[in-house]
Amino acid sequence: MSAIRDQLAWSRLLAIVEEQAQTLMRTAFSTVVREAGDLSAGVFDTRGAMLAQAVTGTPGHVNAMAASVGKFLAKFPLAELVEGDVLVTNDPWDATGHLNDFTVVTPVFASARPVALFAATSHIADVGGRGFGPDGREVFEEGFRIPIIKLFNAGAPNAVLLELLKANVRDPLVAEGDLHSLAACNRVGGQRLVAALKEFDLPDLDRVGSWIMRTSERAMAEQIRAVPDGVYRHAMQVDGYDQPVRVVCALTVAGEGIAIDFQGSSGISPYGINVPLNYTEAYASFGVRCVIGNDVPNNAGSLAPVRVSAPRGCILNAEFPAAVSARHALGQMLPDVVLGCLDQALPGVAPAEGASCIWNPVLRSAHGRIGNAAAEPFVINPIFNGGTGARAAKDGLSTTAFPSGVRTTPTEINEVTAPLVFKRREFRRGSGGAGELRGGLGQIIEIVHAEGAPFVVSKMFDRIGHPAKGRRGGAPGAAGRVYLKDGSELRGKGQDVVPAGATLVLETPGGGGVGDPRRRDPAAVRRDEEEGLV
Amino acid sequence: MAPRKATSPGAVRVAVDIGGTFTDVVLEASGRQVATKVLTTNVPAEGVIAGVRRVLDIAGRRAEDVDLLLHGTTLATNALIERRGARTAFITTAGHRDVLEMALENRFEQYDVNVDRPTPLVPRRWRLAVPERVNAGGEVLTPLDPDAVRALAPTLTAAGMESVAVGFLHGYANPCHERLARELLADELPEVIVTLASEVCPEIREFERFSTACANAYVKPLMSRYLADLQQRLVELGLRCPFLMMTSGGGLTSVESAREFPIRLVESGPAGGAILAARIAKQLRLDRVVSLDMGGTTAKICLIDDGAPAHSRAFEVDRSYRFRKGSGLPVRIPVIEMVEIGAGGGSIATVDRMARVQVGPESAGSSPGPACYDRGGDRATVTDANLVLQRLQPDRFAGGAIPLNSAAAAAALARDVARPWRGEGTAVAEAAAAVSEVVDENMCAAARAHAAEWGKDLNGRTLIAFGGGAPLHAGRLMAKLGCARVLVPPSAGVGSAVGFLAAPVAYEVVRSRYMSLARFDAATVARVMEEMRAEARGVVGAIAQGALRESRHAYMRYVGQGYEIAVELPVNISGGDLRAAFDARYEALYGRLIPALDVEVLSWTLTLRAAAPSLPSPPSRARGDNVINGGNVERDSLRPGDRVAGPANIVEDQTVIVVPVETEASIDERGNVLIGRRA
Repeated sequence: MSAIRDQLAWSRLLAIVEEQAQTLMRTAFSTVVREAGDLSAGVFDTRGAMLAQAVTGTPGHVNAMAASVGKFLAKFPLAELVEGDVLVTNDPWDATGHLNDFTVVTPVFASARPVALFAATSHIADVGGRGFGPDGREVFEEGFRIPIIKLFNAGAPNAVLLELLKANVRDPLVAEGDLHSLAACNRVGGQRLVAALKEFDLPDLDRVGSWIMRTSERAMAEQIRAVPDGVYRHAMQVDGYDQPVRVVCALTVAGEGIAIDFQGSSGISPYGINVPLNYTEAYASFGVRCVIGNDVPNNAGSLAPVRVSAPRGCILNAEFPAAVSARHALGQMLPDVVLGCLDQALPGVAPAEGASCIWNPVLRSAHGRIGNAAAEPFVINPIFNGGTGARAAKDGLSTTAFPSGVRTTPTEINEVTAPLVFKRREFRRGSGGAGELRGGLGQIIEIVHAEGAPFVVSKMFDRIGHPAKGRRGGAPGAAGRVYLKDGSELRGKGQDVVPAGATLVLETPGGGGVGDPRRRDPAAVRRDEEEGLV
Repeated sequence: MAPRKATSPGAVRVAVDIGGTFTDVVLEASGRQVATKVLTTNVPAEGVIAGVRRVLDIAGRRAEDVDLLLHGTTLATNALIERRGARTAFITTAGHRDVLEMALENRFEQYDVNVDRPTPLVPRRWRLAVPERVNAGGEVLTPLDPDAVRALAPTLTAAGMESVAVGFLHGYANPCHERLARELLADELPEVIVTLASEVCPEIREFERFSTACANAYVKPLMSRYLADLQQRLVELGLRCPFLMMTSGGGLTSVESAREFPIRLVESGPAGGAILAARIAKQLRLDRVVSLDMGGTTAKICLIDDGAPAHSRAFEVDRSYRFRKGSGLPVRIPVIEMVEIGAGGGSIATVDRMARVQVGPESAGSSPGPACYDRGGDRATVTDANLVLQRLQPDRFAGGAIPLNSAAAAAALARDVARPWRGEGTAVAEAAAAVSEVVDENMCAAARAHAAEWGKDLNGRTLIAFGGGAPLHAGRLMAKLGCARVLVPPSAGVGSAVGFLAAPVAYEVVRSRYMSLARFDAATVARVMEEMRAEARGVVGAIAQGALRESRHAYMRYVGQGYEIAVELPVNISGGDLRAAFDARYEALYGRLIPALDVEVLSWTLTLRAAAPSLPSPPSRARGDNVINGGNVERDSLRPGDRVAGPANIVEDQTVIVVPVETEASIDERGNVLIGRRA
């Protein structure tokens, strides 16, 4: 049975990190973790190389977390750690790109010898400072920052750290609870691993781990080898905060490796839409994995053949102390750019550009913004999506998150939790870019205050000035819009007051089309008309 | 002659479970059970009749002797999967026409850009919007325009619509507009069947509620016809007894209620299995159980604590993408919580790019079936592996109904697994063992993730195995999961149908009434409870005798959280009691509380349940106390007290119990086979 044993050990590691992730999802307090799966969990070998990662809702953590364990080990060498030690950080540059993401790392011991590390990352709703949004000018305004430090010391909690944290965030119980659930999920992973080592009669993960990484790297390399060598370039302009941001990408395929470089992209923004390099790496390599090697499990072996770089001072390699809170708004655009390069190397595989950036307005009562705000205080942060780009052989998906994996909130839940009425929320007819394959549709949302009171909208939207482009003659998707029904347009980023009695309208962007619309299958044309989509 | 009561000890009861591959029929009388398995037929009622005939023959009974028939079927599920339901339209609130298609706006598979969400049952052109609006508090903001509803009639007629679902925003809070729409439609189109979202699923969250309503409308005409046809055929066969339908929540309901809400029948077979396992757990006082039900296409795993399976209201029909969460049509109905994965006898074995043996989720089903069936299938499957490993006997499969071809199994495994895996010369037996190990590991992984999701542990549980495939694999799973023992009940191969015989008559009703505990309103809660009690009594009271037990739950969460937990309500419902009950449940699930945060209730449920019939106690048999060493043993030949040392196969008509090496099986007084580690 030994022939199948290594494979079963691999399957078991994948099952263990899945269990680790389930434990985190179940015990986390932050809604976004439990509802949208905004978390990451994985197991690492003693050198800090990732062996297995749970398949969870967001690619933003993918190799950001994978790289971060090495940084933990650089500060706390494994030889100096003991059973019961647990490490933590939310440093955007050491972990996953903004202060809201906490990464916890736990060493595991078998027979008093360190055999592995478990790491987990989750998004904590509030970390103090200005609160989640793009308006900060430096990371110091964006909340409480914890360098890599011990959360538990040989089993004893770091009481000073927890007290400081709780004094600096708006929701101390949730923050503390989520740190405990991160530590707990690592503990569960560790227990399962120790039992599995015994069951499979393995002293450690060294032999199986290197076999997993070798097998995965070979599978990735094999697929990359099938891609013609060359340098493929693509650039994309998006809205930015106060001025457009240019993303310039050169993707080099050479033999069994891919190098992605963002030389030539815009410089640092004075607002919180900057992206640390680890987050750039995560979304850029996710773009590759969408079309190359998406059947290979994520680990240090499968991640190795793709390298990502951006020059210092570039908005995609924003260094300390740049403001980075809303780094997702730009980060989520990167797969579109990478796919634009790969489309040249592998024609007919990559989807066209889509809405990409989620539209998640913060809607709240006007307290603290205008005087005399007498109505009931409320705050909600619903997530809406536009259309995805048309795919190689299929239309794009209407109102669907990509590359993010988050889910939307039902209208009825929004209306129960806030004094708002969503008068309209349906497909935005004609917003999908025309093509032989049509882009996905965006949606149109009309929001009024139930009592006619004013309310505030805070926005991190994109693709208002720069709609999603089509491919090979496909038309662009419709640009997004945000305005009041009386006709006044609003900006895509920052805060506005919706005056008493006014209707706020959001039109999310459509995805780009692929191919000449005249070549569209007549049956599909007829169906689009019958369905009222065009 | 006065009819015997169906619950009396001498009653003859027949249970029929139509599954994807087999139709299982069990007849029980005086504590004895006879069972048969027939292949599911294209016209499902034909298979039912054939199966019932056969058990009557075996038991030497006449059709007239049958006192009660219990029935569960995947027919509604299949109609949804194969899209064979009625032409259905959906009338909804103007401005919100696309709720069904926008769904949750997510992709269920991160790395596959080509995933598609399930196509809505009702296409956009038949989602018809009418002006009306109710707010979250149930107040009418815009009255329903009756003319707008009437104006739809000619269109619906011209399109040949058989069934119409009506679902308005916040209709759970105030159903007046939906009811008015039904009256208007009844006037205009008396022959059209109408489903109201506020009746089939009066629960907040418009996508899931509308999806449930449309699914119900979609299968309603077909299920009505099927039930009428079956009733007719059963009468022709000579049956004169009442019949009850098994629901996905694990309770029996009337045919009338099943006809009204056929969507509640979708997961009835697996529910029957879970009920059986729960009853055994209770009977033997096993407080920590995991049940494994493995059939031809899937395996279902359910955790049973203190004799009761966990209940939930979330289910997806047709998880079409590798059984992945989110890839199916959501329906909100009472269900027994379990995890289902693509691991069954028909699961197909392959070797992937990384030279890893993979099993499932693709299944050869019953048609064309595994290679060894010789029915046109030539792909290697788990059943082929079990045959090559000599766990199955070629002439005993499904009671001999399907002769198995060993050479075909070996050839398929050599071609599909052995060669691509480790090259020419790889032993077929080694490949078969690998296939078996991989499917076992898959089931373990699903069980572990499910347990983790619910904050539970598998270690030390009793693994109750049933369904045609589970007894073959349970011994290995016991070792992998650290379970204390395996228990295989009598008639394990038809466990779901046996479970129907042990199920209570029961009905669950739900209402969404939003309430924060800070503004707790006892009068409203009492009114909602009374409403639900009356509705449940209308269903249960008509078919059950004796006292009814009531249980009530609130679906609660901290203010602003995304998900609710089900909290059993205390006898006296005050705000303080509810908070205490919530705290206890939350802490048990998640390990800690947020004392300062307010708690809110989104929905309330009430279930009325009649007493369940007890499991039959088999006629007492002389104790054996023999020790049998290995080999193939007939289960029928074993007596209480007998022990079988592994490796051994205990063979019965509908399945085989594999007793692994280093374990030992024993037979208890009730005929259960228990496998444990050898002392």
